[in-house]
Amino acid sequence: MYPARFEYHAPTSVDEALALLERYGDEGKVLAGGQSLIPLMKLRFASPGALVDVNRIQGLDTLEEGPEGLTIGPLVRHRDCERSQTLRGRYGVLADAAPQISDPIVRNLGTVAGSLAHADPQGDWGSALLAAGAEVEATGPSGTRTIGLDDLFQGPFTTSLEPTELVTAVRVPDPGPRAGGTYLKLERKVGDFATVGVAVHVSFANGTVGRAGIALTAVGPRSIRATAAEEALAGATLDDDTIRHAAELAAQAAEPRSDHRGTADYKRSVVRVFTERGLRKAAAAAREEER
Amino acid sequence: MAVSEDRVVRGIGHSVKRFEDGRFIRGRGNYVDDIVLPRMLHLEFLRSPLAHARIRSIDTSAAEAVPGVVAVVTGELLAQHSLAWMPTLSGDTQAVLATDKVRFQGQEVAAVIAESAYVAKDATELIDVDYEPLPPVTSPQQALAEGAPVIRDDKEGKDSNHIYSWEAGDAAATEQAFAEADQVVELETFYPRCHPAPLECCGCVADVDPATGKATIYMTSQAPHAHRTLFALVAGLPEHKIRIVSPDIGGGFGNKVPIYPGYVVATAASLLLGQPVKWIEDRTGNLISTGFARDYHMRGELAVKDGRMTGLRVNMLSDNGAFFADAQPTRCKAGLFHIVTGSYDIPAAHVQTEGAYTNKAPGGVAYRCSFRVTEASYLIERLVQTAAYELGEDPVEFRRRNFVRPDQFPYKSATGFTYDSGDYEGALDLALEKLGYADLRREQAEARERGELIGIGVATFTEVVGAGHGAEYDIAGLRMNDGAELRIHPTGKAVLKLSVKSQGQGHETTFAQIVAEELGLQPEDVEVQEGDTDHTPYGLGTYASRSTPVSGAATSMVARKIRKKAQKIAAHLLEASEDDLEWSSGRFSVKGAPEKSTTIQDIAFAAYTNIPEGMEGGLEGVHYYDPPNMTYPFGAYAVVVEIDRGTGQWKVRKVVAVDDCGVRINPMIVEGQIMGGLTEGFAIAAMELIDFDEDGNCIGANLMDYLIPTSWETPAFDLGMTETPSPHHPLGAKGVGESATVGAPAAFVNAVVDALAHAGVRNLEMPVTPDKVWVALQEAGLGG
Amino acid sequence: MTVAAETGSLTRAITVTVNGEARSAEVENRLLLVHFLRQTLGLTGTHVGCDTTSCGACTVLLDGTPVKSCTVFAVSVEGREVTTVEGLAPAGGLHPVQEGFHEEHGLQCGFCTPGMMLASAALLAENPDPSEEEIRWALSGNICRCTGYQNIVKAVQHAGAKLREGS
Repeated sequence: MYPARFEYHAPTSVDEALALLERYGDEGKVLAGGQSLIPLMKLRFASPGALVDVNRIQGLDTLEEGPEGLTIGPLVRHRDCERSQTLRGRYGVLADAAPQISDPIVRNLGTVAGSLAHADPQGDWGSALLAAGAEVEATGPSGTRTIGLDDLFQGPFTTSLEPTELVTAVRVPDPGPRAGGTYLKLERKVGDFATVGVAVHVSFANGTVGRAGIALTAVGPRSIRATAAEEALAGATLDDDTIRHAAELAAQAAEPRSDHRGTADYKRSVVRVFTERGLRKAAAAAREEER
Repeated sequence: MAVSEDRVVRGIGHSVKRFEDGRFIRGRGNYVDDIVLPRMLHLEFLRSPLAHARIRSIDTSAAEAVPGVVAVVTGELLAQHSLAWMPTLSGDTQAVLATDKVRFQGQEVAAVIAESAYVAKDATELIDVDYEPLPPVTSPQQALAEGAPVIRDDKEGKDSNHIYSWEAGDAAATEQAFAEADQVVELETFYPRCHPAPLECCGCVADVDPATGKATIYMTSQAPHAHRTLFALVAGLPEHKIRIVSPDIGGGFGNKVPIYPGYVVATAASLLLGQPVKWIEDRTGNLISTGFARDYHMRGELAVKDGRMTGLRVNMLSDNGAFFADAQPTRCKAGLFHIVTGSYDIPAAHVQTEGAYTNKAPGGVAYRCSFRVTEASYLIERLVQTAAYELGEDPVEFRRRNFVRPDQFPYKSATGFTYDSGDYEGALDLALEKLGYADLRREQAEARERGELIGIGVATFTEVVGAGHGAEYDIAGLRMNDGAELRIHPTGKAVLKLSVKSQGQGHETTFAQIVAEELGLQPEDVEVQEGDTDHTPYGLGTYASRSTPVSGAATSMVARKIRKKAQKIAAHLLEASEDDLEWSSGRFSVKGAPEKSTTIQDIAFAAYTNIPEGMEGGLEGVHYYDPPNMTYPFGAYAVVVEIDRGTGQWKVRKVVAVDDCGVRINPMIVEGQIMGGLTEGFAIAAMELIDFDEDGNCIGANLMDYLIPTSWETPAFDLGMTETPSPHHPLGAKGVGESATVGAPAAFVNAVVDALAHAGVRNLEMPVTPDKVWVALQEAGLGG
Repeated sequence: MTVAAETGSLTRAITVTVNGEARSAEVENRLLLVHFLRQTLGLTGTHVGCDTTSCGACTVLLDGTPVKSCTVFAVSVEGREVTTVEGLAPAGGLHPVQEGFHEEHGLQCGFCTPGMMLASAALLAENPDPSEEEIRWALSGNICRCTGYQNIVKAVQHAGAKLREGS
């Protein structure tokens, strides 16, 4: 398997990268981790005319927590998230998602921002970050704008990013002092894409749910937010009935299709089971935080 | 006097560390893709995107115009040299490059030869093929239905997709047994298509020297000698002008037994262009066009009377793909499937098989199995468990009552095999003890009370390996015999040349140990050579667990021939009569006078320096071994699983595998083979699958879709052994490479079914994926 | 902002430190790192087992971190350090991981072995005393078709013990 020919640039600044992206337009493609793009190029499903390799730009690989929340630089690798102490606890949905992405070696190169820009409906970061209420900062020729993930994902492998734009940060809002979450993934083996994934991210205030984020992987044309379930949880006490009800609503939000991984009924049922399990784990994690 | 450590010859029974490791751990292996020859060109295929279509035209002009492209080869060009079709291992024909039609997705349509593989790939994209789509046939049932499109309209007079009918056993006696039975138990199951998928794909470097006419073909071949003969017959080249070199092979598992279009096109291109041509398959090419395995639809019925199995009836339908290219002995259209009576004393049995063409890849190879033995073992081990449930009996006790007993060997099976030796109950007892079977059954019952599901699955398999006897077993007419050639150099170092070819089995160590055992040399003093047809004796190669049963026996026999000559030389050196000498541990000594002795090393030196008058010099020999019978390894496997009622996922808690492969030459290597086989058996049970959609598109065309387990999914194994030597093999060895792949799938599936059996579940189809288990849980009222 | 790089070029001159030695070549932009190693440099110990970043046979260390060299372009590693199986052993000796694979029968056909050993070496560099579970997890990006992994786990444990002894 051999990719087609392309022009290659390795800019050392964001400005230089943006100028290159502008020059190539639709023909250009950003190369970050390359772990999705390069296989597609080898299979010749993608044949960009030029690659803009951003790996030589300094300062894009920071993962830091501030008063507003997390900032994930565009060159932060899955591996960095997997090993980050910052993500444990209140950002448990991200900490639990990271090690379930692809396999350990791919995680050494693949990036969070690249995953979002790739917009694979089977991608784990999409729903994990959707549940966490994240947004991306996109920088283009006319400046920087912020796009909520709900608006970013347009459909399978389609985003609202312009070809001339570069994701310059992923921002995750601070979930408050007591929060917990997790990511549950049904995969057939390590390295597999999700058959079903469920991301759960819950903030608590005064013993009840503050904000709840629930998002689903691989059960629709894009990562799906289970908004009805989120609304049912907001302000509620996380007891068995609430959990079961929310899980049912999450299952209803799924739009799975039958394929060789299982029937739509099966996937919908797994969404329900995972949402229940996820909410129980989130509640336990938040209690743990409290101690 | 104590025997000093260095006098212990590390022959049979020693876990000698492998000699071949040295180059592999340093990255100094020599696989086909590592071979680079001057002026070498590269070949890339254009493959059919459609499963069934007529080719209206092929336009190669744009591809030919790409700088760096040397030639574009089509079926039409090959047809001018009578090479567009080639014979298969089952006596059918297979298209090398499609001329009239494409008959499966991924079939080779054209080949680009270029200065680099990158350029060759670029050019394949510019070949314009005009296809007229035809309705695809994607199952054997559909293939044999009235009015199905005829796939092989290239064959004169062929008006259906039926390939063969084949039967074994006694139909009348079996009918009788069923008429007299108390109970009849049925199981209909499908052993799905899977693929050996060795980590190294197939490939070759073909180098036809225009000056000498000699064709040297470096290729991924498990059977280099058979391949050379077939090349001679196909291409009409004189056989002494063909040299097949099979270098280091990155796994085979049966995938590297057939001859593939890539080898033929590369060789033809080298012949026409006068330059070496390299073809290295990509993974997709490997999975969608080369030898798949299984794809058997099976229906088994068991007659039971007074708790004993009295009759077995099996009907099968085989999906052979577009060309009948199964690798198997000529007279056995369903391979050795008729071993289906397994470890059980079943007085009457009858097996009936039909084969059908479909629009799928050809090449029913035995993926780590001796010609359909895996399918047979799977069916009987699943059927026996089903029967036990229907009889309300523990599957273990039902097996025990029906085993062939040790005093029945040699045992003649109802389908015509003569089992050499066995102690099935001994292996089962050991496995159950290691597992803690009785405790687990209690735990299972308690868990059920709590709503938790645990399953315990057992398989007590018997396989048949080590073909042939040559008079009964041949491939494409070639008797299934193997050779060994042994030469002892003057300083007592030896070279052993074999007709078989390791793909990771450790021949360089194991076979050196056989020589060590027979001649008293240390194994590191024996270099084992294989794979080069110009420099090794003839034989049919490595598959069907036949290296140790056949070439291993040949090695013993040639070493014994040499020992006979060594005895004459020793008599000369010791000035004694031959009959007065006794042999032990690498030396001959005079009976009653142990101080008068000479070592094999001294004798070797004498063979070149001081031989008796009239004796031919040197110390070497060759032996071609024709096995008097096949060997029958067996074992008892037990698996414990836990089921997640919410998702249908099943997790393996424990695997116990007791194997009896007769005498173990290198126990470390034997255990390595067993663990590898268990893993592939687990993989087939759990995830490996080559599937097709209704248009004949292959699902499972790369390693993202064809799932091979990693270290994370693969369970740990607890191994045990019993040893029942083969009475007819010179060392008592039976062969072990495939036992675990044969025995394991049923053990895993039996375990998952067992977890659900109390709710009436009797069958789950492989691969047993979580969604299938989930559906079964819902239907059985066990959903969580 | 002007773009300095020339437009339209499909090749590039690169220098990469491979096994401690600076290696320079003019390569096509599209050349995969694995082909740079195998074809340009003749280091054939790194293998190709799939096309989809699934098998890990092509694993090498990039600045000490395991990556799949079939999913990296050679031009991207300009100026960086690559270690292949050929560079694993100290001169005249063996790396403890190589010893472990030999001692514990952690290889059969040898095709996955280089990648498997490099992933193992990277694990041990970080964690010289990994549990069985940690080993199985760290190696789950590398497929072995022959061994069933159990002896690979033992091989890594063997190497870990050896490394701890030596440190």
